[in-house]
Amino acid sequence: MLVTALMILAALAVLIVSCRDNAGQSSTGAQVAGATEDINAIAEARGLTPTDIANAVKTYTPSGRHDEYYLFASGGQSGQVYVIGLPSMRIIKQIAVFTPEPWQGYGYGEQGTMDVLAQGGTAANGNPLTWGDTHHPALSETGGDYDGQFLFINDKANARLAVIDLRDFETKQLVKNPITLSDHGGTFSTPNTEWIIEGGQYAMPLGFEYSSIANYETDYQGMITFWHFDRDKGRIDPEASFAIELPPYWQDLCDSGKLVSDGWVFCNSINTEMATGGVELGNPPFESGASQNDMDLMHVINLKKAAEVAAAGNTTDINNFPVITLDTAIAEGLLYFIPEPKSPHGVDVTPDGEFIVIAGKLDPHVTVYSFDKIMAAIETGTSDTDQFGVPILDFDAVMEAQVELGLGPLHTQFDNKGYAYTSLFLDSAVARWSLGGSFDELNDDPPWTLVTKTPVQYNIGHLVTAEGDTVSPDGTYLVSMNKWAVDRFMPVGPLLPQNFQLLDISAPGANMPVLYDLPIPDGEPHYAQIIKADKISPWDVYPEVGWNPHTQAVNPDAAKQGEERIVRDGNNVEVYMTAIRSHFTPERVEIREGDHVTWHITNIERALDATHGFTIPAYNIHVSIEPGEAVTFEFDATQNGVFSYYCTEFCSALHLEMMGYMLVEPSDSASAATD
Amino acid sequence: MSNQIEKIIGPRAPRGLEDHERRQFHLPNILLGIAAILLLASMFFPYWKMTLKAPQYPGGLSIEVYVNRMTGDVREIDGLNHYIGMRPLGEAAELERAVSLVAVAILVLLVLAAIFIHSPWALLLAVPAILWPFIFIGDMYYWMRHFGLNLDPTAPLSSSIKPFVPPILGSGMVGQFETVATFQIGLWMAFLAVALILAGLFYQRRAYKPLVESGQ
Repeated sequence: MLVTALMILAALAVLIVSCRDNAGQSSTGAQVAGATEDINAIAEARGLTPTDIANAVKTYTPSGRHDEYYLFASGGQSGQVYVIGLPSMRIIKQIAVFTPEPWQGYGYGEQGTMDVLAQGGTAANGNPLTWGDTHHPALSETGGDYDGQFLFINDKANARLAVIDLRDFETKQLVKNPITLSDHGGTFSTPNTEWIIEGGQYAMPLGFEYSSIANYETDYQGMITFWHFDRDKGRIDPEASFAIELPPYWQDLCDSGKLVSDGWVFCNSINTEMATGGVELGNPPFESGASQNDMDLMHVINLKKAAEVAAAGNTTDINNFPVITLDTAIAEGLLYFIPEPKSPHGVDVTPDGEFIVIAGKLDPHVTVYSFDKIMAAIETGTSDTDQFGVPILDFDAVMEAQVELGLGPLHTQFDNKGYAYTSLFLDSAVARWSLGGSFDELNDDPPWTLVTKTPVQYNIGHLVTAEGDTVSPDGTYLVSMNKWAVDRFMPVGPLLPQNFQLLDISAPGANMPVLYDLPIPDGEPHYAQIIKADKISPWDVYPEVGWNPHTQAVNPDAAKQGEERIVRDGNNVEVYMTAIRSHFTPERVEIREGDHVTWHITNIERALDATHGFTIPAYNIHVSIEPGEAVTFEFDATQNGVFSYYCTEFCSALHLEMMGYMLVEPSDSASAATD
Repeated sequence: MSNQIEKIIGPRAPRGLEDHERRQFHLPNILLGIAAILLLASMFFPYWKMTLKAPQYPGGLSIEVYVNRMTGDVREIDGLNHYIGMRPLGEAAELERAVSLVAVAILVLLVLAAIFIHSPWALLLAVPAILWPFIFIGDMYYWMRHFGLNLDPTAPLSSSIKPFVPPILGSGMVGQFETVATFQIGLWMAFLAVALILAGLFYQRRAYKPLVESGQ
């Protein structure tokens, strides 16, 4: 009896659910007009609605076809960078940056990568730092547009920067900030990438000295560093870089001015309360202590003039790094403050450089400032200062508009139709709103108005639109970088992936649908940038055989075909090896225990994708040798015995045969033999 | 003796002819001249091409053979050929490639010389140029056969790929590779030159033979 009742209930439930499913659709179910019966049958079998099918058609990229855009996303705690294709949302590559990564042979013996990682400095115990917290990638720019040559990214955890060369998508340089504890406001590029901006986050005593937290207001400082990029060398030049000392507020995100505002930099701040925490002592915790003021302070920095001041040597060396002191910055008129609503987040400059948008985070508005008005207010002057003497401009004099969007506005990007897009963390939504000024005529919506909101899943942090922070955004796609996935993917235990969602923003007005979800499996990405695919032209293979990717030139000492050899000089052994499908030359390397071995391998292949890997497992060595590349690694033959080395990247039908033996003769028998 | 030389050189076109009468003496010169130019120019174009198609090479691999050099994916093809024990392509026809430019230049000079020889001896001067494209093909075939049949028996794939002769024209299969061999523009220029030489000699004979027979 009970069973029968349950079955009836179940049948009713099915009926109700199916009726509801049909309610939003035409009476023929998921029929797509003009589609063949087959497609409709597939859609019905998979439970797809016409909207689902439209979304699939917008994103599906057939086998072998390339995407329209590259998306470069920070990898969060993975310390790396993701490369993703749009609109397919296929992950194409992960670029090793701050974290050793075996597939690319990054930090597993290969000398060039070991040197790059070593530039990143050491942990407190003297060991190399082996991870990073990558936040904000910045593509190099020419005239305010992405030029596709270099990518920069910061490590918030240890205040470091990385330079990635987009000819081979490999990290070429790490720079450790000698005067900053952590960074969040980096990396941001000036319109011609002369400067890479790195805003420090948590204030600290100058020069990593010790000072009691009781001395916070006197001994702790904030810092923003301007790294000079030498494009010809493809490297940041620390010798030509400088920093500006700031009050111990927590400087947060920055953006560079462009066009009319070129030469200026805008950074927001939190904790102008200078809270010092201590919840365990009965003090307000940071989260409330740093949220007391109705207004925090946007920092407006005259970078052009600051660079002149630094070049003139009007700086103080801290840890051998030139710093413009706060007093100098004030005296030279390099620094102004503007009130900004309570604990804001992103600060983003519009494509014409005229407006600066601050997202409220704890305030439901975005606040828009006019660069013209800021310049006029600086011209007029002000008597209002903060306690450190930094001039504070009048809010009403420089504010252009405030637009109420919803709860938790964080980051803003732009399109080519006069719209701005702001992520709403608490609302879990993307807001589209209309800009004023010269953007007003680009759409039918009144200026400074919320147009529509699209829910996203869930807790959106950054968002990014196609070339949306350049002088000429594309207005095609938007990616919502969501912090929580909750129920979007199959369960994988308590640690969930992040969720990137692709939105179609090509139509004006209220139509802004989510098209696709991409789970991100090994880190919590923050910011990303989207660049048109044809702006990047990477090498197919390294230009010449014997190439050193760390100098981007042929290494004349690289192992050459026909000149493979093993050279012994006392206890120093040099191995010159070549790799080609399907053998290493030499295939026997006979050395003695206690030898110091320097091993060079050149991949003499010229075919696209003919990469060879190489490992001596017991010595924890693994390198990737791409066509044309020459690598070097060194080790001490501390363990005697017989070891195999082999190709780790399946290269050919005879890949398994691509191996060799390293024979390490025990030192006692070696000495016996020589006796 | 001078009579003998005159016989070899043949008669000269008579002077003071009307335009339409002179045309028959100019035509062979023009045809042979164009043939010589074609032959000379053909050295700058590929004579033969082989394309190798396989799934993992979406653009295919190809090798283009000129009279004195090989271009294209020679390095990659050599790399693949080592699996079946074929010698590097650079070791094929080394002598031929070394002397080919001079040889073709001599052929061209001989054809040009034939313009001034108005007797059957002109044919003898032109014979090397007439045979040239066939010599090229024959030599190609010799080397393809030699390389294809003399594979290193210790090569990794020698048990699965037996000695073979790749087709010099048309398609064949080697392992997963479909090979397609085609004659290229240089060779077609040489063939055209042959046709022009034959036509030139024919018209030359037709123009001058009556002069010989009339006893001039």
